[in-house]
Order: sequence, then C-alpha cells, then structure tokens
Amino acid sequence: MLFDWGFVLEILPTLAQAAVITIEATVVSFVLALVLGLVFALARMSARPYVSLPVGAFVEFIRSTPVLIQIFFLYFVFPQFGVVIPALVAGVMALGLHYSTYCSEVYRAGLENVPRGQWEAATALNLGPMATYRDIILPQAIPPMVPALGNYLVGLFKETPLLSAIAVLELMQTAKIIGSETFRYLEPITLVGVFFLVMSLASAALIRRVEAWLRHRRD
Amino acid sequence: MEPMVRFQGVTKRFGYLTVLKELDLDVAPNEKVAIIGPSGSGKSTLLRVLMTLEPIQEGVIYVDGQPLTHMERNGKLVPADERHLRSVRGKIGMVFQNFNLFPHMTALENCMEAPVRVLGLSKAEAEARAAELLKMVGLDDKMDARPSRLSGGQQQRVAIARALAMRPKVMLFDEVTSALDPELVGEVLNVIRKLGEEHNLTMLMVTHQMGFAREFADRVCFFYDGRIAEQGPPEEFFSNPQNERTRAFLSAVLEAH
Amino acid sequence: MNIQQGTVIFLLSFTAGLAVASFAGFRDFIPGLLEGAWVTIQITVMAAGVAVAAAMVAGLARLSSIKPIRWIATVYVEIFRGTSALVQLFWLYFVLPHFGISLSATTVAVLGLGLNVGAYGSEVVRSCIQAVPKGQYEAAIALNMSRSLMMRRIIIPQAVVAMLPPWGNLFIELLKATALVSLITITDLTFRAYQLNQVTLRTVEIFTLVLIVYLALSLLITIGMRALERRFGADLGRIR
Repeated sequence: MLFDWGFVLEILPTLAQAAVITIEATVVSFVLALVLGLVFALARMSARPYVSLPVGAFVEFIRSTPVLIQIFFLYFVFPQFGVVIPALVAGVMALGLHYSTYCSEVYRAGLENVPRGQWEAATALNLGPMATYRDIILPQAIPPMVPALGNYLVGLFKETPLLSAIAVLELMQTAKIIGSETFRYLEPITLVGVFFLVMSLASAALIRRVEAWLRHRRD
Repeated sequence: MEPMVRFQGVTKRFGYLTVLKELDLDVAPNEKVAIIGPSGSGKSTLLRVLMTLEPIQEGVIYVDGQPLTHMERNGKLVPADERHLRSVRGKIGMVFQNFNLFPHMTALENCMEAPVRVLGLSKAEAEARAAELLKMVGLDDKMDARPSRLSGGQQQRVAIARALAMRPKVMLFDEVTSALDPELVGEVLNVIRKLGEEHNLTMLMVTHQMGFAREFADRVCFFYDGRIAEQGPPEEFFSNPQNERTRAFLSAVLEAH
Repeated sequence: MNIQQGTVIFLLSFTAGLAVASFAGFRDFIPGLLEGAWVTIQITVMAAGVAVAAAMVAGLARLSSIKPIRWIATVYVEIFRGTSALVQLFWLYFVLPHFGISLSATTVAVLGLGLNVGAYGSEVVRSCIQAVPKGQYEAAIALNMSRSLMMRRIIIPQAVVAMLPPWGNLFIELLKATALVSLITITDLTFRAYQLNQVTLRTVEIFTLVLIVYLALSLLITIGMRALERRFGADLGRIR
C-alpha cells in the first residue's frame, strides 16, 4: 500500500486552506483563553468568598471535564434559545473557555510565586495598586508563566481537531471528507498528523528558546 | 605474606582533575587502616574505587591475590568484564556516610535481600544470619522497623549488619559517623571496635575521628593531594609526625577538639 | 473540603433542583447514560493498563545505554506527544485498514488512548527512576547485586511510589480523553449524551449531568490514587 504522492499534491491546496482555519481557530481561542483566564484568576483571588468560591468551583468543573462535551454543549444550547451561531464560533468559545481554566491556574501560580516581600516592599514604598502590578509584580510574575502558557497554546492547537465533531472545516474534518469522497484516508490523515507533529516539535523548540532567553535576561 | 588489598600505580581522574596519583598501597589481612586527610585529598575516592563505584584510568587493584579491576586473558591483564568484577567484588563490603538503607524494606529485610538474591541463601538461612547480625549490633528489638523509624546511629548499625551479611573479607567505612549527631557517634564506633576484635576482617576506614583512629587502627595513612603523604602505627604517627603537611593538618584538627 | 468536593456538592444540588423541576423526563436519561458510563469506565481501565505498560517500557528504554533502544523510545514518545489523541485515533481507525489491519473500534480506542497517555507517562517513569538517590545504586553495588536485580528490587519499587501523584493526573486526563472515542462510533457516555440530545433536545440538563458524571469518575480516580499513596508512601516515611 504505497503512499500516493500525486494524490498528496492534489489535496495539498485543500488542506492548506483548512490549515488556515485551524490556525485562526487556535489564535482566537487562545486570546479568549488568556483574557478569560485572567478574569477567573483575579476573581479567585478576590477577598470576597461569594465571588472566589463559585468562580473557583466553576473553573475546576470545566477544567476537570472533557472539552468535547463542552463543545457540544455550546454548539447545541444556543439554537434552543433562538440564537444561531456558526459552528466555528461555538467551537472557539468552548475551546477558549476550557483553556482559560488552565491559563487561570498558570496566572495564579505565577502570581503566588512572586515572593511576599515584593508586595510588602511595594506597600512600604507607598506604590498604588496600578504601579505595584505594572512595575514590580508583573515583570517578575510573567517570565516564568510564558513557557507554561506556550505549552497550553500548543495543546490548544492540537485539540482543534475536536471541532471536526461539530463539522467545522478545519484540518481533521477536511481530511475526513477527502477520505470519504476518495476512499483514500492514508494520505490526508497522515499529512494532518505530520503537520501537527512538525508544528508541535517546532513550537516546543521555540518555547525552549524563549525559556532560555528569559532565564538569560534575569541574570 | 600476600596482601589482602593492593593498589598498584592506581591513577583516578575526574575529567581534568587527578584525584589519585599513581597510588601504591598494601593492606595486610586483618589489618585495620585509618585514612585521614583534608577534604578533596582523595580519601573517599580510594574506597570508592576499591568498591568499583568508580573506574580507574591507570594501575591495577588486587583483592585477596586476584586482580579486581582487571582479569587475565591469555596471560595478559585486560580490563575486567562485569562477571569477573562481580566475582571478586563479593569479598568487599562498604558502609556509607549516608547509610543508604533501602527505605522500602525493614531492617531485617535490608540484611536479607543480598544474601538471598545474590548468594542464593534460602530465606530461612538469610533470616537467621540477619537476625544474628542485628543482635550483634544491638538492634534485635528493631528488626521489623523501617529505616524511617530509626535514628541515624541505628540506621548506620543496620548498614553495618547488612554489609556483614555478605561475609566480606574486607570492610570499607567511608566517614560513617560524619552524618551523625554527636551523641550517636559512640554507638557506631563501639560496633566497629567490636567487629575488629571478634572477626577476621581487613578494615579500611576514612574518618575524622582521630581519637578512635589512634586507639583502634593498626596503621594511619595521611592522604594529601592524591597521595599518601605519611603513614605509620598510630603512636608514632600522632606523637611524632614527620611530614610538614601532616603536622599542619593534625594541629588544625586537634585544635578543633 | 477541597475545591473538587465543593464543586460536586454545588452541582449536585443544582442538578437535584433540575431533577425536581423536570422529574419524569429526567428518569428517561438515566438508563442510557449509565450504560454509556459503564463503557467509558471499561475503556478507561483498559487504556490505563496499556498506558502503564507502554510508559514503563518506554521510560526504561529511554534510560538504556543502548542507543537504538533509546532512539526508538524517543521516536514513540515524540510522535504520540506531538500529535493529538484524536488524530491518533482517526489514523488507527481510518488508515490502518489500508494496510490490511482492521481493528475493532474498541481496540483502536484502547490502543490509541493507551499509547497516547503512555507517551506522557514514560516521562514520569523516566524522571522518577532518575530521582532515586544515587546512594541506593551504590549500596546495591556494594552488596554485589547485578544491575537487573538492583533495578528490580531496589530502584523501581522506590520510583513507583514517587510516580503515583503524577499518574493520578494522567489517569484523569485519560478519562477526559475517552470522550473522543464517541467520534469513532463507540457508545460511551459522550455518545449517549449526543444521542439523547438529538432526540430530546434537553441540552442543558443532559450535558450538565454528563459533566457531573465525568467529574465524579475523576474524583474516584483521585481517591483511589491517594489511597495507594498512603498505602505505599507511608512505608518510606513519606506520610501525607
């Protein structure tokens, strides 16, 4: 059963278009995850238990359960209230929400890792909250967070095939359609696999570079 | 008389650092040798190389008449293979500064493991031997205790019993009291003293316990910069050191007491 | 009370409220969902077995002094970590038949998920073995143990205890990943939820209930692993 390279060339354009959708979905979801994650992290650190506890429970709930169900949920729930949204939007919202829970953990851990003394010094110098965060806390908290967030970005990218379950025309779905139309699944799915593998290895190397650069910068 | 342990021109390097420099040393059967010297002089490395924990770059080590690090092939000495190494290594036992007891086994099991799995003793035989040894070191009431429940001194005594269970001819003690609280040092030294008196063992000890070395050893070696700078019977060694560096070291150490 | 316990209690009361509100309808869900949950549990357990086996083999292989063995293990780990579980499942399900290998959906699921989690697990195995103190190796050598005896009786038992917490997390990831098998026609909990939703359109109740079931199952895993940690870790003096 040989790999048909001619066939590969035929389907490459279609797959390339789908790759664009995959990358778009990844980027938008991740931005959503970053922003929402920050909101959740701040809410969980709130001094008011009626804010921090429900948010905490909700975040844990989403984090500990399958994202596929969450995708189905958002995809099917809107039409019931008369709201029609494209599958891609529902999928991106679900992925963004799921990964925001991971990001919120990274934010929390990152902020907690800043030594207590830094907060105290800022107070002693009479710095307001804005200045404290901007000039003292965040510059110390953010560098260690970057590799962790980078890894989640890669993870999110690798989970975009789940959107094929709600018929979003990303890479996996496109590969399956090609397969079902031509009865040749080998090339499309292998190509998709190789694409993800290459992107994943490249990002891992990139993240390691960034980590090293950050460590170098501190010293 | 054939030495029990012989170092012949042994050189040991770590990268560019030469830790043992063409070392020659003979230890007679049943001799008790104390090895003292400043940090980094190579004393522990001497023991570790003898226990085959580290390879040597030059020279040959002999144990009980047989080459340890090399073996004979067609009348020539070639580096030993795993099988030969293990056949000679069994004559040596070692007690470590950090005890290194197996945490997932009781004191008794620690002492039984190697006799059963390596020497092929039956469980009953190994258990009897282990029990007897633990009794000898004064821990017959702690046989079923895990290391985490024992004090440092107790753990070290179990470690001694564990090494003895293999019936070695040579026992190596690598700063075995250095990690102990002062009040626990005595119990371990007592066991070692008892061992020396009641058993036919060749013993090499790296130690900072000058008093013990003086009273117990047959010979004291002062190690400096990868070589034996001076050696001799304790009375002469401690009261009349010949070498400049020996004197400096001894006065520094004895002052601290 | 930790976060997860609080979550469960909070959501159970929410669901209880829902149940009271739509009593009769709720009962219709349960049999189908329970069947699905049972399938999910079975797949999780079988895949977990594959994962542990693959992780032990690959983890040890990565520590081997023989280059080709190390290399093969590294390739396995990089491929399965670098592509997503769904891509792996689809590849096994759609592409293998081209090579004449036709596996049942269940085999694909167990193998695919098991090898996927096993790749991550091999890192855990490798690092835990390397974390065993060097002194243990030295004591074993001083007692004239052979290398295989040392690994078998001294090193690996200690490494296993250290591995339990990370494996707990991996098993929970595995549980979450089993939802994917619904996409290769296995009638697990997610599949049942999808079906029920198509039929009854009661999206909110069904999917919330299903999420709670997954959460409950993950709690079971956590409790189980904690029990194992207590049982084996206490011996080593690492009492929680």
